[in-house]
Amino acid sequence: MFLKTITFAGAFALLGSSAIADCGISGGNVSILSNDFPAIQAVTAEAAKCAGNGVKVEANLTKDHKDIMVAALTANPSQYSSVIVSNSTLVTLMNDGLVRSLDDLVAEHGAGLNKSQLITVNGKVMAVAFMANAQHLFTRTDMLDKAGVSNIPGTYEEVIAAAEAIRSAGLMEYPVALNTKAGWNLGEEFVNMYMGTGADLFKAGTAEVSVNNDHGVATLNMLKSLVGYSNPDFLTYDSNATQAEWEAGNLALATMWGSRGSAVLDGEGSVDGVSSNTTLSAAPKWGNGARPASTLWWDGIGISTNVSDEDAEATFIALMNGISSDMVKANNDAAVWLVEGYKPSPASAGVSETAANGAAPYPMLPFMGTLHGALGGEISDFLQGAESAEQALADVEAAYTTAAKEKGFLK
Amino acid sequence: MSNIAHRRSPLLNIIIWGLVLIWIIAASFPFFWTLWGSLKVQGDFFSKADWTNAITGVRTQIETGGAFTGNGYFGAWVTKSFWEAAINTGIIVFSVVVISLTLGTLGGYALARSGKRYAFYLLMLALIFRAMPHITLVSGYLLPFFEWNLWGHLPTAIIVMVAINQPFTLWMLHSFFLNIPKDLDESAMVDGCTRFQAFRHVIIPVMWPGVVTTGLFSFLLAYNDFTVTATLLSQSNQTMVPKIASFLGTTQTEGNVMFAVAAVVSATAPLFVLILFFQRQIVSGLTAGAVKG
Amino acid sequence: MKNRNFFWFILPSLITMLLFIALPIVSVVVQSLHIEHEAVLNEVENCGPFGCKKELIINVDETKRLKLEKPLGEFNGFKTYTNRNHLAFEEIKLAWSQSESITQFISTSLNLPFYRALAFTLTYTFVVTPFVLFFGFLIALGVNSLPKQMKGPTIFVSLLPMIVTPLIGSLILFWMIDAQGIIGSILQRIFDDPNLSLKASPTLTWIMLMVYGVWHSSPFAFIVFYAGLQTVPSDTIEAAMIDGATRWERTKYVVLPHLMPLTIFILLIQLMDNFRVFEPIVGFSAQANATSLSWIIYNDISNNEDQFFGSAGATSVLTIIGISVLLIPVLIRTWREFNRKVV
Repeated sequence: MFLKTITFAGAFALLGSSAIADCGISGGNVSILSNDFPAIQAVTAEAAKCAGNGVKVEANLTKDHKDIMVAALTANPSQYSSVIVSNSTLVTLMNDGLVRSLDDLVAEHGAGLNKSQLITVNGKVMAVAFMANAQHLFTRTDMLDKAGVSNIPGTYEEVIAAAEAIRSAGLMEYPVALNTKAGWNLGEEFVNMYMGTGADLFKAGTAEVSVNNDHGVATLNMLKSLVGYSNPDFLTYDSNATQAEWEAGNLALATMWGSRGSAVLDGEGSVDGVSSNTTLSAAPKWGNGARPASTLWWDGIGISTNVSDEDAEATFIALMNGISSDMVKANNDAAVWLVEGYKPSPASAGVSETAANGAAPYPMLPFMGTLHGALGGEISDFLQGAESAEQALADVEAAYTTAAKEKGFLK
Repeated sequence: MSNIAHRRSPLLNIIIWGLVLIWIIAASFPFFWTLWGSLKVQGDFFSKADWTNAITGVRTQIETGGAFTGNGYFGAWVTKSFWEAAINTGIIVFSVVVISLTLGTLGGYALARSGKRYAFYLLMLALIFRAMPHITLVSGYLLPFFEWNLWGHLPTAIIVMVAINQPFTLWMLHSFFLNIPKDLDESAMVDGCTRFQAFRHVIIPVMWPGVVTTGLFSFLLAYNDFTVTATLLSQSNQTMVPKIASFLGTTQTEGNVMFAVAAVVSATAPLFVLILFFQRQIVSGLTAGAVKG
Repeated sequence: MKNRNFFWFILPSLITMLLFIALPIVSVVVQSLHIEHEAVLNEVENCGPFGCKKELIINVDETKRLKLEKPLGEFNGFKTYTNRNHLAFEEIKLAWSQSESITQFISTSLNLPFYRALAFTLTYTFVVTPFVLFFGFLIALGVNSLPKQMKGPTIFVSLLPMIVTPLIGSLILFWMIDAQGIIGSILQRIFDDPNLSLKASPTLTWIMLMVYGVWHSSPFAFIVFYAGLQTVPSDTIEAAMIDGATRWERTKYVVLPHLMPLTIFILLIQLMDNFRVFEPIVGFSAQANATSLSWIIYNDISNNEDQFFGSAGATSVLTIIGISVLLIPVLIRTWREFNRKVV
């Protein structure tokens, strides 16, 4: 990882000097706003190589990109010509019409793209995806063996049984972890689990939430049974914490992001025997559900509405260069790339299987973020045993309805 | 006061010194722990297995071959160009302190010398201003700043921090000027000085202790600020605190976390020097100011 | 001072405050009285790497037209203030009529986000502020009685909790108090409870946050008090001693009155800062067990997918009102003093 960091930094350092990779851009300003993690660092570093010859490439990679995104793109001309978007952020930008249709640019410069990379809304390409992500199961096979569990669990009921076996064998007191930090992470776990029931989060064709039902109660109860095998600190567990716990050998079964796969498998920072015994597999199903209890995410390129066509074109070309097959070959394990030339590795097995088993994509609904926020804030009381599942769901419904009215989604 | 201490009973002194000792340990331990840990690898300092690893440095031995490593510092300063952020912080802090104090001394002096009702109302208004949560203020700036192309530049962040800091500066300096006898400047004015000349020639020479103290608090505010700098500055103009946060990133990459730890320690070093340097002024400044509520 | 002089002296300071604080406050208030236009939703087909699906999207053209007509959104009066996520008048009324006992009413109210946050905010403010004053005073007394050459380093070390950036400071402390961290595991040993976790139980989380608050703010009170102690008039003390006053009497009748103005100043600043507590909640990932008003604002603006500026504005206004109420006693005192000065 350290070496990789040096290469990224090196690529950025070249920004100032003239490392001219001929990308075929005649001129323009490229400025990219995005989240901050290794795969995106690789993409922007590669795109930055197009700088020179009258082309300026800048990138702002920050954890807080969501806070400034809307304001930055509302200004005309907008501060950034591109935002690296995901299922959820693309919708936020589209709600205000801040990203443009990419039909023309894709037709002209997108020859190497897979059809599946194109995110189309109402027939118009609004973003070009380059990587996929999903939460799925990480298993310590040595622990399962010791506890006498023969198969990697395929359902959450089996996960609980395996956890019980590990606990009663005296191997670990808290073998399970999910990203259950109160807030966004916990909301995501609820959405994942609820998706496993096959039910919809909203009443069809409306913005009215419909989680306050039997599916919702079952979902909460399943989450509660799982966190029963989780460290009592579970409400502070974000993905950095779960990864650290995993690498310290404190966990045997965990639901973590696929993007953590290569970091877990590379052995760096792990206690001996953890990496070599870690298996990544599809997100489990549960109950009578037919699809894995997980949501599929993609990250992709969106281009601002409020920039000149010249800048938009320059940006698109630079980012096409950023997600080229060469970049993917050089950073094969940094993500589950959707780009031509990607070689599946053990680190991507979990995401691929989850997708193959038919997991649902994270809903691209205008009011999804509002529900996500309400879920993350209101269900922790239930998991701590302070209120009933029905009360928690009623709270979610009330919090969502109030917030959705403010946003104009509900009357 | 010191002679009074000597007359205390030995028992009372022991109790008080014991309390001071406990306080010193509580105040400094986390810092020294960080300083020590910054010379280890992540697997030791942030060990999930056994915290004593941070002391023994087991993984540091395995990964680097020595008991201590400077990788964190090298990574932060050389690889990740932390010095750029340090320069930006220097510019911002210097400007904020100078501008805050200039505006604050003028305003604070006026408030202290005016007996009018409106001076009191202004002070109250300043308090209400100070009550506003920064995060709401900052998010309110975003759209106009983007529209007018002011976003991302150092001067924008500087002026915003000056403004946010004004209420506190005004209050503190106002109380301080109250303690400078009125006769001083008024007799100068009787001698034919204008108000500004009196301020310039009589007040400025005696106001330094209070200004230095207020300056120290402005300095800390600008130096430690995260909300304003993280939201209003572009990546190329980033200051130290947001830069440290960016080492952690969304996904904490193995190794980068130690850059952050090393950077935290580095960022504290200038404060050490500053406090040692200004220690006497802080105390004498507050003494003279004897900030009145 | 003449009005004209006053005006020119205060002008620069006033301009910055009006531009960067007063104007935003006005816009925040205006924003909190409005909600967004009703969204016009259309059903379309979305396709991506994981297949196609019928989903709703917002009709952008329609939204644009509405925004041109009324750029601020729909006027909503004080309904945002009274809705369930803020003052929750209706829910409170309902809880009052349905609760059989006061305890039940309180627990129902504390299930509402605003009151839950208010409960923690007030507890935090009223616990941390006196402790900060008390410890600050005690440390100041102690340091003051140290031999001269030890004072410097002690003052310097005492300031450390205040000068280390809170965001990063709490990150490192968060690791230290982890069940496997140094403080966490030492506490486990002291209390002989291997399952003790400061992060898991609401009570322990509250205590932890308050201890952190006291630790972080005590240096401020300390330095101000310490400075004040330097100016205690020694002749008054001597006179009191000659009169046969005991140590306690001297402290009570000479030292404490002398420090009164400083105490008021620290109180003012601390009440305000503690009421706006939020960084430790983020730093310690404590939101499941403790939220504050400022944290609610942060959550509305930057913690989630969506940003709720109207809601954040309403909470900000409520925060300002809350602080004003807290400060009333202090303000009355200042007012009296000011009038004395005028005379």
